[in-house]
Amino acid sequence: MEIAIISPSLSWGEQMNISKVSTIILVSALMTNYSSHVIAAEGDVSDSERIAQYREMISDGNPADFDEMAGEELWKKVAGPKQASLEKCDLGKGAGVVKGAYAELPRYFKDTDKVQDLESRLMTCMTTMQGIPEAEIISHPFNTEKNKSDITELATYVVGQSKGIKMAVSIDHPKEKEAYEIGKRIFDYRAGPYDFACSTCHGTSHVRIRMQDLANLKVKKDAQAAYVSWPAYRVSQGLTRSFQWRLNDCFRQQRFPEPKFASEVTVDLTMFLAVSANGAEYAGPGLKR
Amino acid sequence: MGNPMKIRAAVADSVTEVKILMQHEMETGLRKDADGVLVPAWFIMEVKAQYQGRTVFEAQFAQSVSKNPYLVFRFKGGDAGEKITVSWVDNKGDSRSDEAMIAA
Amino acid sequence: MMNAKYMLGVALTTVVMTAPVEAGTVDLDAKTIEIIKRDFQDKGIAKADRVNQDELQATCSKYVDKLPDKIKSQLEAGQMKSIKWPSDGKYIGDWKAGEILAQSGKGMTWSDKADEPAGGNCYNCHQLSSKEIAYGTIGPSLLHYGKTRGNGVDIQRYTYGRVYNAKAYSACANMPRFGHMGILTEAQIKDLVALLLDPESPVNK
Repeated sequence: MEIAIISPSLSWGEQMNISKVSTIILVSALMTNYSSHVIAAEGDVSDSERIAQYREMISDGNPADFDEMAGEELWKKVAGPKQASLEKCDLGKGAGVVKGAYAELPRYFKDTDKVQDLESRLMTCMTTMQGIPEAEIISHPFNTEKNKSDITELATYVVGQSKGIKMAVSIDHPKEKEAYEIGKRIFDYRAGPYDFACSTCHGTSHVRIRMQDLANLKVKKDAQAAYVSWPAYRVSQGLTRSFQWRLNDCFRQQRFPEPKFASEVTVDLTMFLAVSANGAEYAGPGLKR
Repeated sequence: MGNPMKIRAAVADSVTEVKILMQHEMETGLRKDADGVLVPAWFIMEVKAQYQGRTVFEAQFAQSVSKNPYLVFRFKGGDAGEKITVSWVDNKGDSRSDEAMIAA
Repeated sequence: MMNAKYMLGVALTTVVMTAPVEAGTVDLDAKTIEIIKRDFQDKGIAKADRVNQDELQATCSKYVDKLPDKIKSQLEAGQMKSIKWPSDGKYIGDWKAGEILAQSGKGMTWSDKADEPAGGNCYNCHQLSSKEIAYGTIGPSLLHYGKTRGNGVDIQRYTYGRVYNAKAYSACANMPRFGHMGILTEAQIKDLVALLLDPESPVNK
């Protein structure tokens, strides 16, 4: 949304007039925006449609931009006991190739002989290339108001470099196939005092929890829309939230114990969800309520 | 002095785009806390951006703007290496001013 | 009570549960459980042993939406047997307390405190009071629950049982077993029964 184009080369007097005109143009533009979305009588537009319109209107600016920028700085920054940057980190498409890497994760890595998601792979690079202890990374995996998390910022940067690229997660390697199959089973695993599995909330179409519409992650269209919108800036929390965070907070609400950060259980579940999103254009970092 | 803003400015094709993330609670004055007590209104009222002594952006915010406001605007001109200054004033009289270098 | 029928039921369940659904998938099922048991840790009141499934959870997870009728009935019977009915034979509490409970989503997560009473989480999944528009649709609407069913003792008992252990009525239902799992107390469940059945409750207005 254009606010105003004011040329600094004009005199102050001329600028004041322009700013008045610009304000009028701005207000008309806003009003046009509103009427073009046909906010007519109650009952004409469903709540879900209104929410979709709202999302469209605010989608041209995202505070996650700052997390992306911070992440890019961290990627290039020489750090850790080994005093190295992450610029040669291999995210699956070759050393240092960031563009499009997220669209193909999780994947099997020969050097670690396992399937890894983005955060797990970033940890591999941070520990082996920079010598940062794993315990240190795991001690601060998610952003807080007072303290940003390096691994979340890095993840936000990397995912941004896959924006617009179609999800293309492979399950050709036997370990990839196995990760997918295990993830599928985890999705239906009922446990804890509530007997909840992921599928309890995400296994039925067209339902909501309170007023929050729930994606049926067993249906391709829903799975695609949901997966490509994470990581995202959560307006209500004022922080960018990674996919590891999303899984962590789901398990919390399911009344499960805590999944270990970037552990195999999280990677396998991510594999299942990412493969379900194949074919969809990656849209992150997203912006959410 | 309020909390620091994050500002990024970059110029391309003679247009400078400025992104700002402000840190402010932006209380509407209508919210009740856990004990049922009304939290007093506390919000940014005015935002101003200046470049080489001129105001390139001005806005009046009110209670409807959410916590940690995020703003993007563009202006014609601006040179890489020059500074842009952004400042705000809130309803309690607190203020904040930060600057950033325009990147190429 | 260990009668022959019960033991046959247990034996049948055991046999069916260990039979592989497809060739070669037993390894994956076992591996899944191994990974789950290894990769979760204690946090707050949510202890790692929560990932250990009871018989019902394991059975429902295994069959997903293809639960055979016979096993379904066996599970339901087993759950029904375990319901602890109120010792005083009364099922109705205070609907006003019930509404507060229904609105509360507290309890049992690792961010909840052990000494804080849990809520019923009801509005997350159900419509209840005619006045509340922020309700979920995972479960059926309970608007006018008492109005449409009446509130005789049999309905009171049925409603109490459903909240105490929803799986006694539908083996793999999404609804938690609020009494069986110690989420809500007997008194709290009675308040929810009142919310649903009391003619003065906003649910029945």
